Amino acid sequence: MSRFLRLAGWAVTFGGVVGLQACAPIEPWVKPYERERLADPIMQLSRDTLAERHRDHVYTVREGARGATGVQGGGCGCN
Amino acid sequence: MLRLLGRVVGFFGTLAGSAHAVDLPPDHAEAMLHVYDGGGVRAVGPAVLVRKSLLDKVSLTADYYVDAVSNASIDVVTQASKYSETRQQLDLGLDYAVRDSLIHLSGNKSDEPDYKAQSVGLDVSQEIFGGMTTVSLGFTEGHDDVGQKDVGFFDHADHWQYRLGVTQILTPRWLASANVEAIADEGFLGSPYRAARVFGALVPERDPRTRSSRALKLRAQGDVSDWFTGWGAGQRHVVRAEYRYYWDNWAIKAHTLEFGYSRYFGDAWMADSWLRLNHQTKALFYSDNAETETLYVSRNRQLGTFNSYGLGGRVSYLYAKVPGRYEIKLNGSLELVRFDYQDYTDIRTGKPYAFNGALLQLYLTANF
Repeated sequence: MSRFLRLAGWAVTFGGVVGLQACAPIEPWVKPYERERLADPIMQLSRDTLAERHRDHVYTVREGARGATGVQGGGCGCN
Repeated sequence: MLRLLGRVVGFFGTLAGSAHAVDLPPDHAEAMLHVYDGGGVRAVGPAVLVRKSLLDKVSLTADYYVDAVSNASIDVVTQASKYSETRQQLDLGLDYAVRDSLIHLSGNKSDEPDYKAQSVGLDVSQEIFGGMTTVSLGFTEGHDDVGQKDVGFFDHADHWQYRLGVTQILTPRWLASANVEAIADEGFLGSPYRAARVFGALVPERDPRTRSSRALKLRAQGDVSDWFTGWGAGQRHVVRAEYRYYWDNWAIKAHTLEFGYSRYFGDAWMADSWLRLNHQTKALFYSDNAETETLYVSRNRQLGTFNSYGLGGRVSYLYAKVPGRYEIKLNGSLELVRFDYQDYTDIRTGKPYAFNGALLQLYLTANF
């Protein structure tokens, strides 16, 4: 059953991508000249690489949850 | 090979009707002193990072990180004796921009006396819908050599990470992102130094040799400067909220919430603040004191049921700026953390274990 669901998921994803190409193209609704605020450093999703990596490391070695943080870390025997 | 990969990625970019080229990351340098102190563990060390572009086509990054660890955690003091060791980590990265795509190759090496880890990774991000949407895919493969003091290296652990992310501009002031990651691990996934407790007696822990994890993180961030008409009027104010759901085949589930608020004070000062809340439920084979014999058993509190909290703040000062040439900032960050375990007992007191800790980061960043 789970294999069927996985195949169905891929079929929906592929069909959706093909279907989107067949639709009228979506126009960007925020023009480049309207993105000044988004370009400010205070709006960056990732600002300081070393600081974020250190903070992510401190939590990852003390908690069971990991991943999806946007920080790519390496391994260690820290636990 | 980079050019071929870039052409493949660029082809898919044309399907999305791209209109402009993505920029390489700016030339950048960071130097940091980091300190963690909590739960009997103190880890201190420097870290440096340098990123430089070559011929406006490729950007190279190198960073070096040191952890000098003094460990007197509850595991160590109740089962062994305090020890110190140093871990060194080197990361290398290469960014290649082609049309609306950014390709990032990375390599990582971590060395400590009883554990060596290496990994390589590939991340590709593509801007579509006129730069309003960024789709990213990533893969990392890692190999660890697991050792033990006075024994040597005796086993291995391999890791595979698959990442997918989407960042979407919602309005001129708001953006949102979704990230999913699947992680697979195989090999020796525990610690040769840690003991489990079965019928009150200490025995070597027995962890499964495979683990399969999933994580989903949603984030929204927006410029709310217009909300401030009195205090803070005329300055930029940003708020963010994040939620991550984690689950794996060890039966661990975790919910992590984070809220942040940032603002400028004039042109030179920026302040950030955040609150992190995390709740985790235990692994299937975790037990503080097992009362049955099972194939797998662990008393690793990292796999138990607990709540963790983080409250932090950062201040940044624009020390020097020459537009178009360089910019130097001085930064200081302090985060207070607390871990409250619900099913891990401090055997010295017989009560559920809890500890407070702090992360301190003092660092300089420069764009040039």
